[in-house]
Amino acid sequence: MSDSSEPRTTEHVSVASWQIWLERVGPLLALIVVTLGFALADQVWGRGKFIEFRNVRVVLVSTAPVAVAALGMTLVIITGGIDLSAGTASILCATVLASSLNAGHPVAVAILMAVGTGSLCGALNGFFIGVLRIAPFIVTLGSMTIFLGIGKHLASSSTVSVAPELVPQWLSKFTSTAPPHWYGYIPNIPSGVWCALAISVAVAIVLSLTVFGRHLKAVGSNESTARLCGVNVFATKLSVYALAGALFGIAGIYSFSQLKMANPTEGIGKELQFIAAVVIGGGSLSGGRGSVTGTLAGAAIMGVMVSGCAQLGVSNAPQDIMIGVIIIAAVTLDQLRHRK
Amino acid sequence: MSEPMLQMSGISKRFGATQALQSVSLEVKAGEALALIGENGAGKSTLMKVLSGAHRPDSGSMLLNGQPFQPQRPVDARRAGVAMIYQELNLAPDLSVEDNIMLGIEASRLGCVRRSQQREKVRSALAVLGHDDLPPERRVGSLSIGAQQVVEIARGLVSEARVMIFDEPTSSLSRHDVGRLFAILERLKQQGMAIIYISHFLEEVRQVAKNYVVLRDGQTAGAGSLDKRSDDELVSMMIGRSVDNLFPKVPHQLGPTVLKVENLTGQKAPLDTSFELRRGEILGLFGLIGAGRTETLRCLLGLDNSLQGHVTVGNARPAARPNARMQAGLGLVSEDRKSEGLAQPLSIADNLTLSALGRYSRGGLLRLGERRRAVSDWMTRLSVKARDPEQQINQLSGGNQQKVAIARVLHQAAEILLLDEPTRGIDVGTKAEIYRLMGALASQGKSIIFVSSYLPELLAVCDSVGVMSRGKLREIRAADDWTENEVLSVAIAANTEVEEVDQ
Repeated sequence: MSDSSEPRTTEHVSVASWQIWLERVGPLLALIVVTLGFALADQVWGRGKFIEFRNVRVVLVSTAPVAVAALGMTLVIITGGIDLSAGTASILCATVLASSLNAGHPVAVAILMAVGTGSLCGALNGFFIGVLRIAPFIVTLGSMTIFLGIGKHLASSSTVSVAPELVPQWLSKFTSTAPPHWYGYIPNIPSGVWCALAISVAVAIVLSLTVFGRHLKAVGSNESTARLCGVNVFATKLSVYALAGALFGIAGIYSFSQLKMANPTEGIGKELQFIAAVVIGGGSLSGGRGSVTGTLAGAAIMGVMVSGCAQLGVSNAPQDIMIGVIIIAAVTLDQLRHRK
Repeated sequence: MSEPMLQMSGISKRFGATQALQSVSLEVKAGEALALIGENGAGKSTLMKVLSGAHRPDSGSMLLNGQPFQPQRPVDARRAGVAMIYQELNLAPDLSVEDNIMLGIEASRLGCVRRSQQREKVRSALAVLGHDDLPPERRVGSLSIGAQQVVEIARGLVSEARVMIFDEPTSSLSRHDVGRLFAILERLKQQGMAIIYISHFLEEVRQVAKNYVVLRDGQTAGAGSLDKRSDDELVSMMIGRSVDNLFPKVPHQLGPTVLKVENLTGQKAPLDTSFELRRGEILGLFGLIGAGRTETLRCLLGLDNSLQGHVTVGNARPAARPNARMQAGLGLVSEDRKSEGLAQPLSIADNLTLSALGRYSRGGLLRLGERRRAVSDWMTRLSVKARDPEQQINQLSGGNQQKVAIARVLHQAAEILLLDEPTRGIDVGTKAEIYRLMGALASQGKSIIFVSSYLPELLAVCDSVGVMSRGKLREIRAADDWTENEVLSVAIAANTEVEEVDQ
């Protein structure tokens, strides 16, 4: 039946496999280069502390919350959306956690309330985006200040501090970088980092193995096709914002664990860090593209830079500039790769 | 002998004051292809939207495989086995071939995709189409248009479609891919698929289909077997009057050379291309997709960088920037009306005057009344059918949009018009209007370079025709000295020659 004179299709495949490979490992390569660069610079000009395990642990702990929230942002960005309210929502969740601990609720309840708040915030965004079909940028720009306002109201326009005895030990150790650094030969890595890793694996599974993950990409890649093929676009959007919201809530728990208090205004501007991590990791703001490894690498690059600069005694100002340059460079490289 | 797979009878649909469809009927049997022909706006797309569930008919009924069929939404039609292969492909470019084919009907357990099961289905669908060499894990965005179309057809197969509608499927395909598509259509027919094939190209329609239905103004203007009708008869059914001449000619005189191109070489194309264009001349450029025709025009206007060569307009050599070249009298009508040629959300007036807005500006302020009068004037001259100059351009039909695009170039007072596929996606009646317009412009002393993939129009309308392949302009002759076969063999011969060297 197969007629050998019929034209074949493979000859029309235009992207080489090394390009696809580069796309997958690009952000990781960048992370390695940045890390090696700082390690080298620190050996030459600094005190050589950058590669000490103590510092690695600090980097991991500071990266973990950004990574968790950025993973949520990755899911949203893959659907072609954006969530500008992520920063204030995340700290609203921390505020809820702090307030409910103060109110004497059990920790489990307080944590559930925090994550639930995040989910609810996300679902609210998703509802307006999915039902009223308002652009995600606008909806979340609005909800960004709404969540900030609610947070301030909860905190009575100040900071919610929690008495140390009300904070369970595991929660204060969640992001701890205090000694000891080693238990014999086993490195002391705080549970928050493991938790972030577990979440990463879960998100990766959702993206690559589930129908839901497939639908996220389809909606971001071509919404009308997804609708035509019977994908419930509204439900997909609602769930992705709610799911991302839950992750922002978890990031809020990290923040509380680090500071042992919650200040709603802390959240302003955090969303840009999350978005930056996704973009550095190869996510496309026009939707359809984004990966867990990329986003993790993106978050880590920023963490490494902050720590590296601190070790080298570089002040805040050049750090900000460098991160900006990296974002633009990452997107430029990405564009060059995709342009034929 | 057998029952038809699909029967649409007495379908009517009204939008406001417009009767889009009036009692239209058609039927297709399994394993057969039906050609649905008609001008733009004749109701073909409305009819197909009724069939695919996007519109609900006011009256009439449909039977699918003998069962009453009343889709409420596109998803219903898909599930019932009606697959629509759109002109603009409906794929998610970031998903893999497999994920696109299985989108919405994923094989899953507890929310997890069952890859092995899917892979099998995808492979067998691709095998049925004769394209089992298409890698299922490949990202669809990295495939050629032709291969993407295969993916879309495979999606129809996997969702167990029994009726497939092809809406102008060849409009963006290369000749090679067209051959491949026709082979697929044959295979689909052997599988017992009922096919509705919509196209402007009568020669294509004859290759694919046995029967035809002609729509005009929302009504059936004719139906029957294609063998019994000549092209002229079909065309007169489509436009409701007899066409003595599909390619109207306006006599025009050739003057001195106005454009001289020497050894022009761009990034990929053109390669070392030289030719001259005379006042009042219509020069046709033919070539397969990828031959470098569009790139040549873009180089001429300075939109793409040229690496070497000279472009002389009149006596001057304007710099290779769009601004300078336009000042010198060049004007380009893009092949891609939708994303480049016209700014879709803007009005007719904005689109028409965009390239020469300065004319209406006094001290930086636009004199809108003056502009409006000028635009209305151009619209009458080119008989653009629209409510008024402020109407949004994307509300116009393709033919009227194209007229606005040409009007813009005329409005900027271009003397040398570079027209890239100006008749693509335009109905027969408007095509004839555009040919007549081109002739009239030439008789007024304008010069035209006319790029087209449709050979009959080039040979009929142009004074001379050049053939490009692989970036090179191979040969120019007076249009009368070419036959279709000669043109094709030049376009293809140079191609196979290089391919042989490649292997």
